[in-house]
Amino acid sequence: MIATLVRSNVSHRPVRTLLSTLLIGIAVTLILALVGVSRGMTEDSTQRTRAVGADIMLRAPGTSLMSFSGTAIPQSFPAALAKLPHVAMTTGVVNQEGASLFDGVTGIDPVTFQAMSGAFIFDEGHIFEKPDDIIIDSYYAQQLKKHVGDQLTVLNAPWNISGIYQPGKLAHAITRMDVLQKLSGNTGKISVVYIKADDPAQVDTVIKELQDLPALQNYGITRMADLTTLMNPNNIPALRIFIRVVIGIAVLIGFAVTSLSMYMAILQRTREIGILKSLGGSRGFIMRLILAEAVILGLGGTLVGILLSFATKWLLHVFVPASMPQAIAPDWWWYAGLIALAAATLGAIYPGYIAVRQDPIEALAYE
Amino acid sequence: MANPDSKPDLIIETRNLGKVYRTGKVSVEALRGVNLAVKRGEFVSVVGPSGSGKSTLFHIIGGLTPPTSGSVRVESFDLAKLTDSGRTRLRAKTVSFVFQKFNLLPNLTAGQNIDLARYFGGNRQSDTSEFDDILEKLGIRNRLSHLPSELSGGEQQRVAIARALVNHPAILLADEPTGNLDSANSDAVLKILRDLNDRIGQTILMITHNPEAAAYGHRMVRMRDGAIVDSGDGS
Repeated sequence: MIATLVRSNVSHRPVRTLLSTLLIGIAVTLILALVGVSRGMTEDSTQRTRAVGADIMLRAPGTSLMSFSGTAIPQSFPAALAKLPHVAMTTGVVNQEGASLFDGVTGIDPVTFQAMSGAFIFDEGHIFEKPDDIIIDSYYAQQLKKHVGDQLTVLNAPWNISGIYQPGKLAHAITRMDVLQKLSGNTGKISVVYIKADDPAQVDTVIKELQDLPALQNYGITRMADLTTLMNPNNIPALRIFIRVVIGIAVLIGFAVTSLSMYMAILQRTREIGILKSLGGSRGFIMRLILAEAVILGLGGTLVGILLSFATKWLLHVFVPASMPQAIAPDWWWYAGLIALAAATLGAIYPGYIAVRQDPIEALAYE
Repeated sequence: MANPDSKPDLIIETRNLGKVYRTGKVSVEALRGVNLAVKRGEFVSVVGPSGSGKSTLFHIIGGLTPPTSGSVRVESFDLAKLTDSGRTRLRAKTVSFVFQKFNLLPNLTAGQNIDLARYFGGNRQSDTSEFDDILEKLGIRNRLSHLPSELSGGEQQRVAIARALVNHPAILLADEPTGNLDSANSDAVLKILRDLNDRIGQTILMITHNPEAAAYGHRMVRMRDGAIVDSGDGS
C-alpha cells in the first residue's frame, strides 16, 4: 500500500517531483563534477607530461608534482645528462605560470623536444620562427576564438600566433625557451629536464645513475610510468582535503534541498495526512510513507545527477576546452548515490516528525 | 478497557463529557458536560447551530481528539484512557467517518481509496461478496478505477461511504454528508444510509443542518453552546 501511495504521490505531482529530483540531482552533480574535474585535471596534466615521450622527469629541489613551474635547474643540465650511459636523449623546458591556472606557457627547445616527443601536428600554421611567435593548441584556440596570425597577450606580453597544434602535449601555449627565460628574467635556468633511456629496460639504471650524482642531491627524480599513480587525487593531500570539503558542502546542500522539498510536500498534503489519520493510518505508517518518498526522490536525484555530470563534462569541453577537463567517475556514482539517499532520508525525518505529530482535526480543516 | 458499569446494548455512552481547546492563552469550552447514550443499531441525527459542539463530539467519539474531562465509551473502549495509538486502532477498525467534503485521497482511484481503509483495518482480503453487494447498492462498482476528480460529488460521497464501511465498523459517523450535494444526490445518500441501518443494523450518527435530512434518523439530538439540550428520546 505504501508503494501505491508513493507511486501516486510522485506521479500526480510531476512539477514537485521534477523540481525535487532536479535539486537533489544538482547536489549529486556538484559532487560528481568536482571529483571529475579534480581527476580530469590531474589525468590531463599527467597525459600531457607523458606525451613528451620521456622515461624520467627531473625536477628542482623543493618543487612539487602539482606545479612544474619555477626555474631553478641550470640550462647546462640536459646536455650534461645526455652523456650518461643508457641515456638516449634529453630536453629541458621552462614552465611559466600565467595570470590564471590555465594561462601557463611552456618554453621549449624545438629541436630536442620534437626529437623526443615527435613533431607537432598543426591544424593551422607552423612552429614559431620569430621571437614573438607562439603556438597554441586547438582547445585554447577554440576557447579564445583565435587563429593563426591573431595577436595573443600572455604573461603581459603581445604574441603572434604562428601555429595551432593538436592538443595533448605540455601546456596549451608553447614558445621558444630563450624568449620565455628572458621574459621572466631567468636566463640560463630551466624548470624540468626530460630524459629518455636508450632501452626501457634501462630506466631504473639511469634513475640510479641520476640519484648517485652529487649535483642532483635533493632533486625530484620521477619515473614517468609512476606519474599516473603519483598524480592520483588520493595521493595529493591538498586535493584530497578539497574533495572532502566539496562533498561536505554538497551533502549539506542535498540535505537542505531534500528537507525543504519534503517540508513543502507535507505542507501541500496537510489535508491528506489528516485523511490518512482519520482512516486509522498510524504514525509509523505516515513516517514510512514520507521516508519511502524521500528514498524515491533520492534515487531519482542520483540518476539526474549522473546524467547532469555528463552534461557538465560536455559543457566544459565545448565552452572552456583549455581550462578544466572533467573526467567521468563511475566509481563515485555509488558514493554520490548513497550520499543523496542519506541526505534525502535524513532531510525527510524532521518534516516526517511534523507530519506524524500533526493534529488530525486541524489537518482535515486545512484548505 | 471495558467499562463494567456500561449497559450492554449501548454502543456509545458519554458522561459529563467536556472539551476545552486552548490556543495560546485563550481557552474555548467546546463541550460542557455532554451526556449521550446511543444503542447499537440506532440512526441518530445530531443538529444544532454552528459552534454548538456537534463536530467536537464527533471528533471525540471518533478518537480524533481526547476529551478534557468526563468519560466516553465506544464499544468496549474507554476513550479517555486510550493512548494515541489506541485511538488510531479505534479509527481503523471500530469507528469510521464520512465527511462533508468527501475527503478522498485525490491521487488514488476510488478503488484504491477503499483498499487503503481496508489495509488500515488489517483486512487484506480482496472484495468479499458481501462488500460487492454494498458497492452494487451504492452504484459505484463500475467507477472504482476512476480518480475522485473524475467522479461527480454524489459518486465521491458514495465512494466515501463504501470506504467507511469496508472494515465493518461498529459506528459510522457522518459529518454533514449531504452538505456539498444537490438535492437529488442528497436524497440518494440519505436513503443509502437509512438502508444500511435498516438492512445490516449499522449504527449511524449524522450531523446535519438540514431538518429533512435529520428526519431520516430514528431520533434527533439537539445541541447548543456545547451541551445537549434535547436528546430526542424523551428523557
